[in-house]
Amino acid sequence: MNNFAYTQAASTKEAATAAQADKQAAFISGGTSLIDLMKSNIEQHTLLIDLNKLSLLGIENSAAGLRIGALERMSDVGEHPQVVQNYPVVSQALLASASPQLRNMASMGGNLLQRTRCGYFRDTAFPCNKRVPGSGCPAQTGDNRTLAILGGSPSCIATHASDLAVSLVALEAKLTIESPKGQPRTVPLADFYKLPGSTPHIENHLAPGEVITAITIPAAAHARRSHYLKVRDRASYAYALVSAAVGLDVQGGTIRSARVALGGVGTVPWRVPAVEQALVGKSATEDTFRAAAALAVRDASPREHNKFKLELAQRTIVRALLEVAA
Amino acid sequence: MSSEPQFFDQPGGVVGKPLVRVEGREKVTGKAKYSAEFPLPGLTYGVLATSTIAKGKIQNIDTTAAAREPGVIAVLTHQNLPKLAKTPNDAAGKKDIGAPMGFLPMTSDEIFYSAQPVAMVVADTLDHAIHAATLVKVTYQAEKPIASFHDSRAELFNPAKVQDGKEDGHKRRGDAKSAFASAPIQLTATYTHPVYNHNPMEPGSTTAHWEAPDRLTVYESTQGVTRTQSSLVAMLGMPREQVRVITKYIGGGFGCKGSTWPHTILTIQAAKAVGRPVKLMLTRKQMFTSMGHREDQSQTVQLGATADGKLTALIHTKVSTTSPWDNYAESNSKIIDLLYATPTFEASYEMARANVMTSTFMRAPGEAPGSFALECSMDDLAARLGVDPIEIRLRNYADHDYSTGQPWSSKSLKQCYARGAELFGWSKRNPKAGATRDGRYLVGMGMASASYPVHNSQGSARARLYADGHAVVQSGATDLGTGTYTVMTQVAADSLGLPMDKVRFELGDTNLPTAPNSGGSVAAGTVSSSVYLAVQDVWQKLIKVAVADKKSPLYKAKPEDVTAEKGRLFLKKDASKGEAFGDLMKRAELTDVEGMAQGKYGPGYESGHSASPAGPGNNTESASAHSMHSFGAHFCEVRVDMDLGTVRVSKWVSVIGAGRILNSQTARSQIIGGAIFGIGSVLMEATERDANYSRYTNADLANYHVPVNADIPDMTVEFVEENDPYINAMGVKGIGEISMVGVAAAVANAVFHATGKRLRDLPLTPDKVMMAGLAS
Amino acid sequence: MLPPDDHTPDQAATPPGPSRRSFLKQTGGLLGVALAPPIASQAEALADKLAPASPIVSGPTNVSLNINGQARNLRLEPRTTLLDALRENLDLTGTKKGCDHGQCGACTVHVDGRRVNACLTLAVMSQGKQITTIEGLAKGEELHPMQEAFLKHDGFQCGYCTPGQIMSGVSCVKEGHATTDDQTREWMSGNICRCGAYPNILAAVREVAGQQVKG
Repeated sequence: MNNFAYTQAASTKEAATAAQADKQAAFISGGTSLIDLMKSNIEQHTLLIDLNKLSLLGIENSAAGLRIGALERMSDVGEHPQVVQNYPVVSQALLASASPQLRNMASMGGNLLQRTRCGYFRDTAFPCNKRVPGSGCPAQTGDNRTLAILGGSPSCIATHASDLAVSLVALEAKLTIESPKGQPRTVPLADFYKLPGSTPHIENHLAPGEVITAITIPAAAHARRSHYLKVRDRASYAYALVSAAVGLDVQGGTIRSARVALGGVGTVPWRVPAVEQALVGKSATEDTFRAAAALAVRDASPREHNKFKLELAQRTIVRALLEVAA
Repeated sequence: MSSEPQFFDQPGGVVGKPLVRVEGREKVTGKAKYSAEFPLPGLTYGVLATSTIAKGKIQNIDTTAAAREPGVIAVLTHQNLPKLAKTPNDAAGKKDIGAPMGFLPMTSDEIFYSAQPVAMVVADTLDHAIHAATLVKVTYQAEKPIASFHDSRAELFNPAKVQDGKEDGHKRRGDAKSAFASAPIQLTATYTHPVYNHNPMEPGSTTAHWEAPDRLTVYESTQGVTRTQSSLVAMLGMPREQVRVITKYIGGGFGCKGSTWPHTILTIQAAKAVGRPVKLMLTRKQMFTSMGHREDQSQTVQLGATADGKLTALIHTKVSTTSPWDNYAESNSKIIDLLYATPTFEASYEMARANVMTSTFMRAPGEAPGSFALECSMDDLAARLGVDPIEIRLRNYADHDYSTGQPWSSKSLKQCYARGAELFGWSKRNPKAGATRDGRYLVGMGMASASYPVHNSQGSARARLYADGHAVVQSGATDLGTGTYTVMTQVAADSLGLPMDKVRFELGDTNLPTAPNSGGSVAAGTVSSSVYLAVQDVWQKLIKVAVADKKSPLYKAKPEDVTAEKGRLFLKKDASKGEAFGDLMKRAELTDVEGMAQGKYGPGYESGHSASPAGPGNNTESASAHSMHSFGAHFCEVRVDMDLGTVRVSKWVSVIGAGRILNSQTARSQIIGGAIFGIGSVLMEATERDANYSRYTNADLANYHVPVNADIPDMTVEFVEENDPYINAMGVKGIGEISMVGVAAAVANAVFHATGKRLRDLPLTPDKVMMAGLAS
Repeated sequence: MLPPDDHTPDQAATPPGPSRRSFLKQTGGLLGVALAPPIASQAEALADKLAPASPIVSGPTNVSLNINGQARNLRLEPRTTLLDALRENLDLTGTKKGCDHGQCGACTVHVDGRRVNACLTLAVMSQGKQITTIEGLAKGEELHPMQEAFLKHDGFQCGYCTPGQIMSGVSCVKEGHATTDDQTREWMSGNICRCGAYPNILAAVREVAGQQVKG
């Protein structure tokens, strides 16, 4: 790692001030993502601003929904009884992530800001538009088995790696973001992420100095009856090849509302409204699920080695829906 | 021949017992010191900077920014690295050094493979060295690399020899082509697998300390201190006694630490340049390009058989990738030639040079991939004829080694099949593939045979017995975690008639008697024989004292009439006539007696004891009367989720016949470890090399998947009792590699049985399994 | 290696002025080290009011770590990880470096009673926390039950991943994640063992979990 300075912020304002004073500053909470990136020389920061003194903790359940402080650790949220009971998809996504040790370290906010595992991004010897804008994207014709079939561009097909984000996008979670100037703002997580287009290095709508302070998830019947299914190359401690976050509200055998999002296939966590619409009003049967899941990959553009995701994505959705319908 | 030390099997002995590792306490308390954990005074840190291109030349290398960093002591490149007496860059040097790769980086401006070392930064702290290494600016004149044998520009050739010159590149026994052409049953199939990396948990590590210009000590993560020493003295042009190599603990190796690789000598040269000790630990990413790998390969098996499933011909061809300078390919054909009663056989190798690091031996080199191809083909034959997989193997059971015509020294494969089937519940297997379901899972049972040769090896040991009843036994061997510390203590304790806690076994130092590399499964047999014989040397010396001692009950006995057991010397014909060694030594005022011996393992042992000595032109292996192999059988149950393509191993049984087992607990651990290594190779492991850049795209442990705990079920291991008098004084065959042989096939055969789909392109990741289901 | 007492001048260092951290250290000294959380947060609130904006540290700086119940004072740059501080500065080499990127678990230690990867933890951020390494697990000569169980069940071969496995195993039981074999396997999957001792590791963790249930 390059040499950097370190400070602790006592307030979001102080964090913002410190960040604005140094354009190459970065916030750190758990550090599992940031230190990894800095060790790989993918990111260089001159100042790390430690957010852990901020009082961004708390998991509060109410009739309206769930509010999670951004500094809560993944493990604490994943096993919180309210999350397990009312938002199982979030709990399952968290507990399917990384390892127990990393989940003890990583914060909720930091998880949402993690960067892709694309091998070309992760190795500074390769060109990569995300790392060095304009340098090229060898992944397009290279080793792209694990990369995106949805939301890609000729500049980038890097997959978004967060399981948590997939579950949160499915449940229409919102981020509370504190800005150095003005009032805190609220952004739906789905709108927070940016498709790569021709600027894959810009991954989200977080301005310099802004801090994610909380995540809120609206309460819903489909949230209580939800599930996260992750298909991976080994049984644990691996990124998703394909994952699905689903939630269903079924009454009298008929689907009242549905939420479906995919991981491992998109350049951002990929909600599939078309699938959801095709489910609503139908009976909760495997046939319904199959027909709906087929709509998930209509707009996909696979590359040479990831064509299997077209099929696997649909099957993962169907299986996850079967789990919650059971 | 009866040199077999029967007393090991007597009551009260510790050999064979499932004893806790003697070094275990050091390991569970964190006190065991590995090669990067010696805090020498004045220690500095070395970090490699590596090439970003796979082929071309260094145009310019600018070290100014790196050198300007705080704490940087030196930046070494091909321009200022101290010169060596010899390098492997020419044939003579390579031969003397015994290097696995015929090219040492940082000796010229040429780049042959991606991530080739181009500079080493030495600094006062690790952080300083790591960062400064990123500041070495290199400009290249890049050329388009060749990435593998698949590359359209790759040129295939037939090597005269493979596996470091040990095996012929073309082998023929009878007329296999004609036999295949006329066979009623003909099966042809191609099996492929990608690059595999050993990935021991401890990265390659070197701590180099020039204590004086003529005295070098190297703490090295090596599977053999002597072999490392040999390479180093050749490169440095120093007398052997001036170079000391120490490996007290090593964090796994699996073959990649069996040779001397560039980073070791570069660290030594850096230490010379800066005049301080230098420590270098390869990064995990560098582990993928610094210590070899198992080469990407494609094998085709043509199997000819009679209508009742008896083999008439096996033809094996292999195509693989090698480096710009070496002809390395694992010799897969060895096991295919000998595992069954195959009347005709032919094997040939093709390879192509590509801009990659040289591949090297990796656990069961040749046998692991070769058994995958053969044992899947045998499973296909069984399925084709509707015969049980065990039955098809019994129909082709080799009662002698068809590849050489020799009788086996011992073979318990039939017992392994029978006992394995019983333990596993093989009789419950549905003969029909794709027909057993448990909920969402297709359930399959598969099995495969295993075999591994007893190679030729020798080593030595020293035993020093003290009159007060304790002993120190030494051999410059390695404990890879295989249990060397423990089993040698057991052998020494029984040989000396002392309790375990009165014997200390020391290893891992070139100052100790020479031992072979821990590799090729030779360590247990060679070192235990050496230890046993060194103790016999102690007894012989004491017997001479006794028979000359008027006060001894053995006075004037013929030495050859006296023997020793449980620490007591006595007459063979009259056990009551004798005395304990302690009494004798005290009377003779001997504080200690030292014995030294050389133990031989494999064909060299037999020919040394044989009435028919090696003839001219014969090497020792062919001169021996017997073919020496361990055998075994693996049984596997898998549960396949065909919708999602996931495969989980749900049950495992291995039954092995490998001669005397020195410690049933550590031996079991080795077998399950090898099985898990094989499960990784068949289900998930793959190093991905970009075809345009010839550079790896998943060189880390997040994306090179080795099994985790959740991938592995409980496992059952048994050993078949086996007495083999021909292989070495202890009757030990070794189990490090056989544990992995056949494992990939057992799993793939179970997947076939579960799904009815034969998958031959490893690893069997969810994408391939799911798509195979789609193809129906 | 940077010895603990090496006060190497660093060109890039900001001269350390009066800092909030040193203030906190003083209050810690006045009120005692083991502050109950509410009192600690009061002290911090007080510190926030009284202290200027948080100081920026850079270059070699005094870092105090509580490791295995002992205060260890070091000079470290902010970029030094807890793993490297343990291994290179304190000769606590029981904590292993296997990947240095949070992908193997060999560096698992306990920080404030939770298992974490020391390779992705900055030493400077570990101040004021209770750090336990494999060297601190035994009580003198008396091994921790998990260490005993690893010995008994041969839960290792080469031993390199072992300290991390044991630290993880202790946590796994304490967290209540060792109630079934499948659960234990899953919650022990953050520690890679290339020698393949998994069934034996499971047996060791299972045994200790069983002992705890029995009380």
